[in-house]
Order: sequence, then C-alpha cells, then structure tokens
Amino acid sequence: MITQDQGFFGRLTWDSFPVAALIRHPGTNEIVANAAAAVVVVGVVVVVALLSWFRLWGPLWRDWLTSADHKKIGIMYVVFAVVMLARGVLEGVVMRAQQAAGPGDGFLAAEHFAELFSTHGTIMIFFVAVPFVFGIANYVVPLMIGARDVAFPVMNQISLGLTVSAGMMLMVSLVVGEFSTGGWTAYPPYTGAAFNPGVGPDYWIWAIVVSGIGTTLTGINFAVTIYKLRAPGMTFMRLPMYCWTIICSSILIVFAMPPLGVAALLLAADRYLDFHFFTNDLGGNMMNYANLFWLFGHPEVYLLVLPAYGIYSEVFATFSAKRLYGYNSLVIATMSIAILSFTVWLHHFFTMGQSALINAVFGIATMLIAIPTGVKVYDWMATLWRGRIRFSVPMLYGLAFLMLFVIGGLSGVILANPTVDYQVHNTLFLVAHFHNVLLPGVLFGLLAAYNYWFPKAFGFRLNEGWGRVSVALWTLGFMLTFLPLYFVGLLGMPRRSFSWEDPDFHPYMIVALIGALVVLGALLSVLVQLWVSIRDRDRTRVPAGDPWDGRTLEWSIPAPPPAYNFAIIPRVSDRDEFAAAKEGGAAYPSPAAYEDIDIPRNTGIGFILCVLSGVWMFALVWWIWWLAILASVLIILAIIFWSFDSSTELTIPAEEVRKAHEAWLEQVRQAPAIDRDDETTSRNRGLARPDLEPAT
Amino acid sequence: MLAALVALAVSGPVMGASDSFMDPQGPIAAVQKTHMLRATWLILIAVIPVLVLVPLIAWRYRRRRNSAATYAPNWDFSAGLEFLMWGVPVAIVVVLSIYLWKATHRLDPYAAPFGEGPAVQVQVVGLDWKWLFIYPELGIASVGEMGMPTGRQVALTLTTDTVMQSFMIPALAGQIYAMPGMTTQLHLVADTPGVMQGENTQYNGRGFTGQKFETRAMTQDDFNGWVETVRANGILLDGDTYRTLAMRTDRTEVQAALGTEKMPDNALYFRLDDGDLFHTILGRYHRGTALAVHDQPGTADFGKTPTGQEAGE
Repeated sequence: MITQDQGFFGRLTWDSFPVAALIRHPGTNEIVANAAAAVVVVGVVVVVALLSWFRLWGPLWRDWLTSADHKKIGIMYVVFAVVMLARGVLEGVVMRAQQAAGPGDGFLAAEHFAELFSTHGTIMIFFVAVPFVFGIANYVVPLMIGARDVAFPVMNQISLGLTVSAGMMLMVSLVVGEFSTGGWTAYPPYTGAAFNPGVGPDYWIWAIVVSGIGTTLTGINFAVTIYKLRAPGMTFMRLPMYCWTIICSSILIVFAMPPLGVAALLLAADRYLDFHFFTNDLGGNMMNYANLFWLFGHPEVYLLVLPAYGIYSEVFATFSAKRLYGYNSLVIATMSIAILSFTVWLHHFFTMGQSALINAVFGIATMLIAIPTGVKVYDWMATLWRGRIRFSVPMLYGLAFLMLFVIGGLSGVILANPTVDYQVHNTLFLVAHFHNVLLPGVLFGLLAAYNYWFPKAFGFRLNEGWGRVSVALWTLGFMLTFLPLYFVGLLGMPRRSFSWEDPDFHPYMIVALIGALVVLGALLSVLVQLWVSIRDRDRTRVPAGDPWDGRTLEWSIPAPPPAYNFAIIPRVSDRDEFAAAKEGGAAYPSPAAYEDIDIPRNTGIGFILCVLSGVWMFALVWWIWWLAILASVLIILAIIFWSFDSSTELTIPAEEVRKAHEAWLEQVRQAPAIDRDDETTSRNRGLARPDLEPAT
Repeated sequence: MLAALVALAVSGPVMGASDSFMDPQGPIAAVQKTHMLRATWLILIAVIPVLVLVPLIAWRYRRRRNSAATYAPNWDFSAGLEFLMWGVPVAIVVVLSIYLWKATHRLDPYAAPFGEGPAVQVQVVGLDWKWLFIYPELGIASVGEMGMPTGRQVALTLTTDTVMQSFMIPALAGQIYAMPGMTTQLHLVADTPGVMQGENTQYNGRGFTGQKFETRAMTQDDFNGWVETVRANGILLDGDTYRTLAMRTDRTEVQAALGTEKMPDNALYFRLDDGDLFHTILGRYHRGTALAVHDQPGTADFGKTPTGQEAGE
C-alpha cells in the first residue's frame, strides 16, 4: 500500500543503490551484488563507447532500430535473448555454487539467493525462451510460407520494443533497488504489500505486464500471418511442419497470456491501491492467483516447446534427406497438445487441498499429453529410418534431444500422478524435470535452428567444429547439472534452498556445480563459434542460398535474402516445395516479368514505445507519479501521431528487383553444384545437386 | 557416473535414516514409493525403445558411400506403424490412468485409509519460520517437535498465520499447502518408532531452510509419556506468548526467546490456554475488517504499534 511521504523521486533514495550497502557493511554477498550491477553498468558503457568509436549510431538507427523488416526484427530478438541467456546462465552457476558450498549457509544471503532464483526463472522464460522462439519464427516463418513480411510489420516492431524494455527492467533492478524474492511465479500473499513492501515484486509485475502485451501482439501477428499470407497453393496441409507449430504456439499465446496479465494487474491493484484480491484478509484468496497464473503457465511451456518440435521436424527431414514421416500424425499431435495444454493447469498445485476426484481428472488429462508427444518422438525416429543421416550440428542437437527429452517425458508422467507429486512437488525433482524439458527440448531446438538458419540470415555458415564442441558441452553440461537433481529431489531436498544440512546431498551438489560450469563453457563455445565463423566468413559463404539441400521455400532464395524476400511470389504444389522443384529441375526459375514490390517503411514508433514504456515501468516501480503520468501521456500521443503517418510502405521498382534477382541467378549458375560430401567444405556455395544415387 | 548416482539414490543406508519416501516409515509413503516405481517401469516401455533405437538408427542409416542400408527418400507413411505409434502410448496411458485413479483416491490426504482406532488430532499452524503443533484434545502444543503414536492415524488440520507454506514429512506422506484463513488436511501413519524430519517446502523468506522439525513416532505408551512431559514442562501459550512465537524469527531465535531449561535444546513445549487457539488464528482473517500490517504475523512490522514501538514488552 502506498504511503504518503515521498519526494520528487518517489521512494527512490541513495539507499536504493546496492553500492550503499557495500559501503556500509561490505561482505561477500554485497560484493557479488555490486559485481552484478557493475557488469550491467560497464556493459552499457562499453556498448555506447564502441558504437560511438565506430560511428555506428546512424547505421544502428537506420538499419536496425527503426526497421520493420521481419528478418531484422528476428535477429534483434535473438541477440536480446542471447544477452539475457548469458545473465540467466551466470545466475544458474552462482546458485549452483551457493548450494555446492554447503552443508551450511554458503556465501550468499538468503534474500540474495531468492532474488537469483526469481530473476533466473523470469529471465529464462520471458526474456530468453520467448524472444528466442519468436526471433527464429520472425526470421523463418515468412520465408517458409512465401511471404514478404509478417501481417503487421509495425506491430511486430512494437512487440520487440515492449519485450526489450521489460527485459531491461530486470537489468535496471540489478543497479537500482532489488528484484522480487517471490520466484518466477510470484505467489501472493508472499508478494503482497504486507509481506514484501519493497520494489522487488513491482519490478516483476510491470516487466510481466509489458512483455506480456508484447508477446500477445506477437501471437496475433503470427496467427494472422500464417492464416492470410501463405503463398498461392500452400494449403494448410502443405504448410511446413514448423509453421504448424508456430500457428499452435500463436493460438496458445492469444489465449494464455491474458490470464497472466490479469493476475499480475490484480496483484498490482493489491499492492498499489489496497485492493484485496489475494491478501489474507477481507476475502482475498491466493488460490485464485495460483489458478490464473497456471492457466497461463502451463500453455506457456507448450508455446515454447511446440516451435522447437517444429524445428526438429525440419532438421530431421533435411539432414536425413527424406520426407518428414507421418506429417498428418504430427499435425494432429501438435494440435492435440495445444488443446490439451489448457486442460492441465491444476497439476501445478495438486497439493493445494482439492478433492481426489479433481486431482485424478487433471492427472489423467496431464498423462494424455504424453500420447501425442510420444507419437511425435516415434514419427521423428521413423523420419530418420531409411534416411541418409548427416551428423551436422543441428542433427546432433536433434539426436541429443530425442535421447534426453524422453527422460524428461518420463519424469513428467511420474509427476502427473498426484500421489507421487505430493512427495516430489517443490523439490529439486521438479526443477530437474522442467530443466530436462526446457533445455534438451526448447534450448537445443533453438540452437539447432540457429545453426540451421544462420547461413540463410547472414550468407555464411557457422563453424562446424565449434558447433560440435558446443553440442557436446551443452549435452554433457545438462546431464551433469540436472540428472543429479532428480535424485537429490527424491531424497527430499526442497527447491529454492539457499542452505542445507543433510550430508547425503553433498555429492549431488558438487556434481551439479561441475555441470553448471560445463554449461557455462557451452555458452562460451557458442560465442567462440560465432566469432570464428565471422572471422572465416569468406570461406563459408553460400550466396546461392541452399547450403543444406533444403526442402522448403526459404532455401530457394538468396542468402541473405533481399528485403522483399521473394522477387516473385512462388506457387506451391508440394509440401516439400523446394525439394520437389529441385527434383523436377524447376528450381531457380527466371521469371518472365517483374513487378514493383511494396515493403514496410522504417518507423521509429517501436523504439519510442520501447523507451517510453521503460520510463513508465520505472516510474511505477518507484512511485514517481508525475513521471508515470507524463510517460502515459507521451505513449498515447506517440501512438496517435504515428497513426496519422500514411506513408508506411516503400516501393521497390520492378527494374531494381529484376537487376538484383538476375545478378543472383547468375551467381547460382556460377556456383558449383555440390553433393553432400562437400556440405561442410568451402566448395559449398549454397547450390545442391542430387546426392548419392540410391544403393539399390 | 549416472549409474553411480542411481545406486546412491536407491540404496537405503546412504540415504539418512528416514528423510525421504524412498525409505518410507509408514504405509502412505510406502504406497507412494511403490506407485512411483511401478509407473516408472510402465513408462519405460515407451522410453527404452527410443533410447535403444535412436543410436542404432542413426548409425545404421548414416550417410556414407556404398551403404548397404535402404534409402527411401519418399517413404512417409505406414498404416501399421501409425497404429503402433499411437497404440502403444494409448495403452500405457490407459493402464497408468486406471492406476492413477485408484491411487489418488486411496491416498487422498483428506481420507484416512490406514491405521485403526480414532485418530490423534493435531492442528498445525505455519509461522515464519517454524511450525506450531496444537493437540487440542490433549491441551498441549509444541514447536520443533511433533510427537505421534505408531500404528495409529494422525489427522492434521493445517493453516498458516502468515504467507502460504507447504507442510511435508517425506518419510510418512506427501505435502499439503497450508494457507492463511483456510484449512487443509493431511493424514499420517507411522509404522515403527523413529525420528523423521518434517519441513516446509514453499520458499517464505530468510528462515525458509531452517523451518524443519523432528517427527517423533513412539509407541502409545511412550507417546503418553511425551504428552505428560510436554504438559509438565511447557509454558502457557497465552496471547503474549503466541505473539512472540509468531514474530518473524527462525527456530534458533524463537528458542532463545521462549525456551526454558526444562525443554529440549531444539523444541518448545506449551500448555494451551485458549481452548481453540487454532480457530482464533483462522478467525482473524474472517472478521470482515482489514488487518493492519502490525497485526499480521510474518510481516516486518508485526508486533510494533503504529508508532513503531514494541508491543507487549
């Protein structure tokens, strides 16, 4: 509840900065907190300095921040996700170090540890997984369906802006004030004003509300894009599997994000306006929060993992040189999972005291999801069966996924049993389970996508050797970190324990810390791979655009693609349109005529809303009312002014398109057609020829 | 390494006598363990083929010159295979569902399927950061130690007087949330005398990991003796004592505040004053008026008057 005595800067004072605590009583805990704040500050200073030194402010503004091109927005999403991933991984390592430092209290204060698990979860879900998934989708979906952009390019830019500004709030919370200690789920009454009057839960609330709006807009955008902008002839049953998963994921977003926003806003009403939705007194009931949160929270995990399933489907087909097995089954399975995901939220709180009947119904509903998921795994195995499997980096991620994900599925079905859940809920068994599905499931899929589509986006391949190193490190790091947590969870170690006493836990904690360090190495190997690949880019360029003998439309255009993607919108007659075209000798056609192409014009509205929403959130967190009102007014004015801008499209003349396209066709003709022996050599310029003749 | 960890987890002696349902001390936890293991074996029917076949397929069909393996680039459907792919998971889930349905009803924490005779009633109040056990029929209460007779069921009714917590004695039964202004129930049965750890599994602040207690399962005679000891050595749990107990303190701090030489080092004993303390606590949230922060246990301001002075000192 808001108190009366605040100054010009609301409740923001000198003591709000962690430096104040360091000066007053220096200790390991304060040093760690200030080191984290220093990393943020130094990071910002270095980025600003580098941009100024290389005079990149102009290009950054013109080519990126104001761009409404889905490809650039996709890349910016991924860059943002990787920056946040670095913070999330580091937090994970610090937490594992804290627990490995036991038995006893470790080196961090309890509250600091609680901030770490709260930011780690919030960041990894909302600011790594979501932007990474939709960064890839942004880049790939329009190319796969033969479109020139998404349905609403400017809304797309605004989605990015809101997601980034919300993520920045978590960075700001390192430097000013503190973050919530209530976990990523922020259960009241713990996060209510009575028990947590500080700014922590408010940072969480506004970051969730604003990023939630951004994500909802993204869901609408991609659903409409796939419904409306498919190339002629691309019926739903010719849609690449990846796009199917993005439709399902978008539908999940549209229906699942609002309950989260509502839950967070009701919590805000409790905290700011003395409402009693979730308080202990006056009829407040925290059980309503748990229901609302998980009504979002469960579909959330599927909206993350379904796109990863889509990525694996593309990767397995391409690198087995085969049609995807069981397309219809996979579509049905994906849709079933999307629908079932709304019927199982209660399994996140089997232990809240409802009747055995309700628990049994939700337990069985949960187990039903195992059926379509199992079918998918078998379909992928059948795709590998009788293929010609190349152990490229994306395929290696895919194989690691198959092997490890079924273990996560196993523990998931175990958890679906309320009887067992009573024992392992809130223990590290649960933590092991969701990391088991989110790392091999979602993250490996995204890394596979990154390696798979990188040459399309940047025109050169990523380094294969370092890619394999990173596959090995991620796999090993995951296994060492999280498999021990299953066992220590069965032994009864509660999650979120900043200290522990039972000596039996010790070996597991040590192994998990070693694993976390390997994961850190895996993250570094991804960065090294990128650096080595940029260094060697002249030897790995694939201008013809098809480095992997791809099967879908995105491989039929240059790498990197022109701003308008397709010089001529393709006509689709096959599920694996490009593979069929190559087989029939119809790939790389020279069109008879070209047309003017309209592409979305640059606009600054996304960036402006990013900044203003950031200011708005900060002002609300710190009770700086005049600033919150000012920011609100400016946001409304910005949208009104922008809506009067009628010149939203830029026309590229047909002649220019013709020149560019013919130049590219010439490059294609000059490129050596290679078979898969040369896939990872410098002979691969992105033009594929039929591979080994069938052995029969 | 994995094998070593598995061995470590399933081998009894290493596990610390009885802090886990892997080493159950009562019929409920025993059934939970059996259920988990049985479910695991069933699910492995679907999982093991993947673990075995993925490496085999990947190796057999790896791309190489003069491969003897069949290559079928356009093969993308087989009715028989589809039947198997959908059929096997469906069959497993049907079996698991039947099993789940039965077990969930049998082990309903609100029901009491095990143990004979009338249950021992215990009212549990979660505080920051300790559990208070009230034995209304016996006129006693304790913190840090929950006594119970073996072979008899214990019926717990739970609430908290602060934020939500989750109560669990892994060796006896699973957990149940305890929430302010509401009650939940849990039934326990212990087979043999022994000491088991109980805990809160829901993070609730700096004292969270210290919010443990000893569950002492005793023969009926020993239990009667324990009740007498608590009654003889306990202090009166009146309003002031409860206020001190409900302050945001961990076990050590509250022991220092309320412990006497007659009590063990890590437990507090009380005689009941208010015959229905539990419902007094519950009722606080149902008066239809707002509860001031300084009247809300678990907050930083609890126990202070609005002007910032300590109350009841």
